[in-house]
Amino acid sequence: MTRSWPVTLLSGTLFGAGLALGGMVDPARVRGFLDIFGDWDPTLAFVMGGAVIVMAIAWRIQARMAQPLIGATFALPDRTDLTPRLIGGAALFGTGWGIASLCPGPGFAALAIEPAKAAAFVVAMLGGMLIVRLFEPQR
Amino acid sequence: MLPGFPDAAPLAGLLGGVLIGLAAALMLLGAGRIAGVSGIAARAFGISGDGTPRSGAWAFVLGLPIGAMLIAWGPGGIQASFVGYVPLIVAGLLVGIGTRIGSGCTSGHGVCGVSRLSQRSLVATVTFMAAGIATVAIMNAFGLEVLS
Repeated sequence: MTRSWPVTLLSGTLFGAGLALGGMVDPARVRGFLDIFGDWDPTLAFVMGGAVIVMAIAWRIQARMAQPLIGATFALPDRTDLTPRLIGGAALFGTGWGIASLCPGPGFAALAIEPAKAAAFVVAMLGGMLIVRLFEPQR
Repeated sequence: MLPGFPDAAPLAGLLGGVLIGLAAALMLLGAGRIAGVSGIAARAFGISGDGTPRSGAWAFVLGLPIGAMLIAWGPGGIQASFVGYVPLIVAGLLVGIGTRIGSGCTSGHGVCGVSRLSQRSLVATVTFMAAGIATVAIMNAFGLEVLS
């Protein structure tokens, strides 16, 4: 099987560059987006919009492909059920996002910008993931 | 640049978004996977057993700061201000717990799922956006100034 890591490394690098270029590595800018009742900064909407448009095209291409360029099969989520877990988890995540104005991607990307503070966020985040795993070892 | 919003950076935002979209498209069409950062990170650090091969997960996570560094070296540089360590750690815990329970974050649900019109991702994205907006509004109402 062909190795996928050169592709994922390039993808991660493009992703980190996009986050930085779009200002998403700056929590002050993300906070400006979430602060809709204050001095609202719509930049994040442009970032999301640009990414969603490109990906909407990618999904159209994917629908016509039998398999990815590397690897035998697509491994994609196929669940459609709306559960309390989904909504509760998203609410917890959003609360953390609001407190620090950082989500997982910018957290890792910020390791190159403000290493100590980004590392504090990332380590705590991995700790939170581990807590869920410890309470639900089957997942 | 954007009338009424002097602080907004719509062009840089759109360009950054297109790069993120290309990154996610490469992950999808190249490796056959969703570019969801929380899931890939969980896989890289051995917290989740399934997903992209572990070397691929590590390479993706490593790429994130490399990409940011490339932009920081560029002409515009990067300016960023972060909250203090206590709110960073509280937020990190909530983000880690919430993304595992809710099966994704801004990238997996917000970009990959929304662009696929996944009902689950649309609901998750509306939920975490609303929670983020409410959290910032509440912090502002109580005068919690966390950004340095």
